[in-house]
Amino acid sequence: MAEPHIPHPDLPPPVSSVGPIGWLRRNLLSSPLNIVLTLLALYLLTIAIPPLLSWAVLNATWSGDSRDACQASHGACWVFIRVHFDQFMYGFYPEGQRWRVDLSALLLIFSAAPLFIRAVPSLVKLRLSLSILVLYPLIAFLLLSGGRFGLSVVETSRWGGLLLTLVIAGVGMTAALPLGILLALGRRSQLPAIQTLCVTFIEFWRGVPLITVLFMSSVMLPLFLPTGMNFDKLLRALIGVSLFQAAYMAEVVRGGLQAIPKGQFEAAAALGLGFWKMMGLIVLPQALKLVIPGIVNTFIALFKDTSLVLIIGLFDLLNTVHNATTNPAWLGFSTEGYVFAAAVYWLFCFGMSRYSQSLEKRLHTGHKR
Amino acid sequence: MSESPAHKLLSDQVMIQMDGVHKWYGAFHVLKDINLTVQKGERIVVCGPSGSGKSTTIRCINRLEEYQRGRITVDGQELSNDVKQIERIRREVGMVFQHFNLFPHLTVLENCTLAPIWVRKLPRKEAVEIAMRYLERVKIPEQAGKYPGQLSGGQQQRVAIARSLCMNPKIMLFDEPTSALDPEMIKEVLETMVTLAEDGMTMICVTHEMGFAKTVAHRVIFMDGGEIIEQNAPEEFFTNPQSDRTRLFLSQILHH
Ligand SMILES: Nc1ncnc2c1ncn2[C@@H]1O[C@H](COP(=O)(O)OP(=O)(O)OP(=O)(O)O)[C@@H](O)[C@H]1O
Ligand SMILES: [Mg+2]
Repeated sequence: MAEPHIPHPDLPPPVSSVGPIGWLRRNLLSSPLNIVLTLLALYLLTIAIPPLLSWAVLNATWSGDSRDACQASHGACWVFIRVHFDQFMYGFYPEGQRWRVDLSALLLIFSAAPLFIRAVPSLVKLRLSLSILVLYPLIAFLLLSGGRFGLSVVETSRWGGLLLTLVIAGVGMTAALPLGILLALGRRSQLPAIQTLCVTFIEFWRGVPLITVLFMSSVMLPLFLPTGMNFDKLLRALIGVSLFQAAYMAEVVRGGLQAIPKGQFEAAAALGLGFWKMMGLIVLPQALKLVIPGIVNTFIALFKDTSLVLIIGLFDLLNTVHNATTNPAWLGFSTEGYVFAAAVYWLFCFGMSRYSQSLEKRLHTGHKR
Repeated sequence: MSESPAHKLLSDQVMIQMDGVHKWYGAFHVLKDINLTVQKGERIVVCGPSGSGKSTTIRCINRLEEYQRGRITVDGQELSNDVKQIERIRREVGMVFQHFNLFPHLTVLENCTLAPIWVRKLPRKEAVEIAMRYLERVKIPEQAGKYPGQLSGGQQQRVAIARSLCMNPKIMLFDEPTSALDPEMIKEVLETMVTLAEDGMTMICVTHEMGFAKTVAHRVIFMDGGEIIEQNAPEEFFTNPQSDRTRLFLSQILHH
């Protein structure tokens, strides 16, 4: 009689292939070239970090109310940021009314918080995000610009700083994505009229620099409007940014649509789904998931491009910072100002990037087909 | 063309009627004068060499393909260019594809309930009940919560069949449902199709599974070069083919 087969037991993996040592070996010390590069990187870090640290932290001045506080040290003068902080956040928004800005921010944070909690069912999330998308802009607009419910009017020309940056970026993103999706669908349409319209639109807006768009919106548009008709400057910038980014978004989304196999369209059609249901339930969810990196890329570009509105005299975060550095009482602190502005931009962009990564992971549903 | 005795027993309600259907891809004449009548409850197997127009023919029936000449009537309604009417007909015609075409972003259960909820407007609870019933019938109710990417090919194809059945169609079209599968999975899918046949579903099935054709089909249709060359009851078709091309084809696939 044959020996019964005894299955080989599962052994733990060798120590050198797992844990921190395994990680070091795999990623930093896997080949002679890799070892050299690792050493080089370590060397660069040792010469770069100490001076940076001493400027930004160790020798920096944190407390005080005027530039005199910074005379003693040669590190960064963060007092400059402290003194101007409110201005960087709100621009020229009237001081007594700034609670309205805070309230709108808190409102958004609290209403959107459930979207980031994993345990909330996706249907609830969908409904919530749709209602936020519809209601929040209205509420925020009422709160910020006032003129109703006893709130005093605050002209959009007084909005500024991070507030203005977020308004432009927020409106730009929420308008560009749906518009981009429609344009992408239109570009693939069977109807020649719709297709031509969408192609022309996309190619026009992608072909001109955003600066030109903003310039034209503030300099040329008024020439064509009847005299006396005054179009809010911020509104013009918002429209310009939205349409511009929608054209980019359309191409990103189209890339996703093209990656969906024909069989998906056919299966949906064979079940009797009409065009919009087919797109909304089957094709777009898959296509958008595929192009999350591209969408976020466009969002990040949009976020940073909002700084171009300084060209038409709007005071977004960067322009406000720049403005403060030219303040005669605070000359010579532009490094601190720009480092601060860069840090704020980076924080938002990095946040978006991380969120998109976690979203991608969460939406992953096993290997492809 | 003799008709099979089984054919005679069927009710004479016509489910599908194709009259002189021609189709071109550009200048290429794919379908040449296709005439076909399918009774309610009739099971038809279509075979023929690759590129002979089998897929194109059945895809005309639910209008996944346009045709340039001829008429097709499905369940009493003539196909037209009216989008709403096409959607109405597609509700009654289920289709199973060679590569399953399940929706990878939805679970098995969601794949099955999507069309009943959004097209038939069934309440979610009822749609789930129906879906679970059909998933049980294709013997994979335990996979309901999984995503298609986590299933084997045979399981995916059975889900695809269940998904079509959830719409409660009057006709089922199969386009080489087993040709992307490994041999042991072919069996499980064919068994599912046999139980469907036993329930009296009207079926058109493009397949080269001749065993299935012999046991299940009322009629076997042989196509070549975009034409229907021969159609006959399976026993006649296999033992006494009328045309040379059929004989050649059969000798090729049976001695394969
Ligand atoms: N979209 C298309 N454009 C041009 N020609 C096509 C197209 N689709 C199919 N054809 C051609 O039409 C003919 C019939 O195709 P069809 O898919 O109906 O064949 P089939 O009998 O199903 O073959 P198979 O057994 O390989 O699936 C083939 O010659 C094919 O090359
Ligand atoms: Mg085919």
